Amino acid sequence: MRLHSHLEKNMPLMAVAVLITVSIGGLVEIVPLYTIESTIEEVDGVRPYSPLELVGRNIYIREGCYTCHSQMVRPFRDEVERYGHYSIAAESMYDHPFQWGSKRTGPDLARVGGKYSNDWHVAHLINPQALVPDSVMPQYPFLMESELTLPNIAGHLEANIAVGVPYSEEMVAEAAADLAAQADPTADHSGLLERYPGAAVGNIDGDAARLTEMDALVAYLQILGQMVDFSELTAEDLRQ
Amino acid sequence: MADQPEIDRLTGQKTTGHQWDGIKELNTPLPKWWLYVFYASILFSLVYVVLYPAIPTLTGYTRGILGYDQRVQLEASLAEQAAARAQYIDRIAASDLADIQSDAELATFALAGGQTAFADNCVPCHGLGGAGQDGGYPSLADDDWLWGGTLDDIHQTLQVGIRADHPQTRTSMMPAYGVLNMLDEGQIADIAHHVLTLAGDAAEDAEAAARGAEVYNIQCAACHAADGAGNTLLGAPALNDRIWLYGGTHEEIAAQIYEPRHGVMPAWGRLGDDAIKMLTLYVHNLGGGE
Repeated sequence: MRLHSHLEKNMPLMAVAVLITVSIGGLVEIVPLYTIESTIEEVDGVRPYSPLELVGRNIYIREGCYTCHSQMVRPFRDEVERYGHYSIAAESMYDHPFQWGSKRTGPDLARVGGKYSNDWHVAHLINPQALVPDSVMPQYPFLMESELTLPNIAGHLEANIAVGVPYSEEMVAEAAADLAAQADPTADHSGLLERYPGAAVGNIDGDAARLTEMDALVAYLQILGQMVDFSELTAEDLRQ
Repeated sequence: MADQPEIDRLTGQKTTGHQWDGIKELNTPLPKWWLYVFYASILFSLVYVVLYPAIPTLTGYTRGILGYDQRVQLEASLAEQAAARAQYIDRIAASDLADIQSDAELATFALAGGQTAFADNCVPCHGLGGAGQDGGYPSLADDDWLWGGTLDDIHQTLQVGIRADHPQTRTSMMPAYGVLNMLDEGQIADIAHHVLTLAGDAAEDAEAAARGAEVYNIQCAACHAADGAGNTLLGAPALNDRIWLYGGTHEEIAAQIYEPRHGVMPAWGRLGDDAIKMLTLYVHNLGGGE
């Protein structure tokens, strides 16, 4: 009682006490995320996004896709039955920021990669109602009209390196070439696929002459959920 | 400032003893029920900390004596579900497609399972009930098949996809006759006239159709057959049935000869063998199974 009354009447002491109390809460919640070894599961296959996918991701964010689509299959039976394997932290470790989302007006997209053809995605983005009659998704025909002009894609990769994405020097050096090559049906994709295995390559949006925002967004959608091979992993391996 | 608590005359409650400018502060105790709930929740948290994962340590966390883990829990829940389905799924896994179809009980289960998988995965392209959609998404409810409509054909298409990234995927490529200058635009227009007559329409321009027929027999008949019956081994669509993937006007047919579009269907291995079997039976049952 005596101590309490002393604390209440002494401003600097009170400030220090408040600081200590609040930091305990913060430290206990935040520090273990960095030190606990199982926060991010150790799995094979997760790679940084290819330049075109990265640009597609930016378009995904710009258009606010996350306001209606989550990218997080939760570990519940019904979700796993519908969408496939539940999402793990490792799958979004190179996402800055992650796109888990918190609302599903449309379906979850964490495993949409490879589920539909490129043509379908293009037609669906241009006019969702043409393929899914009762869809409430807005139409994005302008993606087809907007040509990609990114003079400094390498800088974009470097910015990601700064926040911990392991792009190699080769990836940065080839960034502009990779960006142009991925959606070019006549380009040689061997180097690109070595750097970014599983990337969708070729004439993605059906317009071979131009590199459009549609190319980028569909390339991004087609890699979602495709990086980790879950067939060999058990719940024990993924235990956090 | 008075330091001694006293009894407030109006309320009969004790005061805290604080006093500012003559204003005193009552020290009303918390209601008893509230206080006991508060103590109970502290007790609950102690029990919880012992039983469940709770306190982070430097490199891990206390796992609790129940060993609870959401992902392990899910695994158990999925196993429970699989056990409930096992009486059918095990038989579906062990039987071949024709046997499943002839076993009424098993077929009922497979069709229901196939319907669910179809709604989740196939409807966005092939439409409700497999009715097909404009833009190259074929109907699965008729007897016009691109790659064959027997149980085995459908099963293989689901497993390997069409022009998909599966190593054994079904694939074929019609040459871009116009883009590659293999035929001139007049010839392409002639062929389109001929194709329309194959489909049973009266020739708009009989002369052109006759000229087109000659070129057709040299360039197209190898895959699409002289009578336009198509070839399901090559995925060459039938041209004699008025069912068109990319439109059936003269212009649309000519455009398809000039620069053909080719449909892509993903391989569906991700769904697992049993679901693919059930989907096969469902699609076969939509109306056109051979």
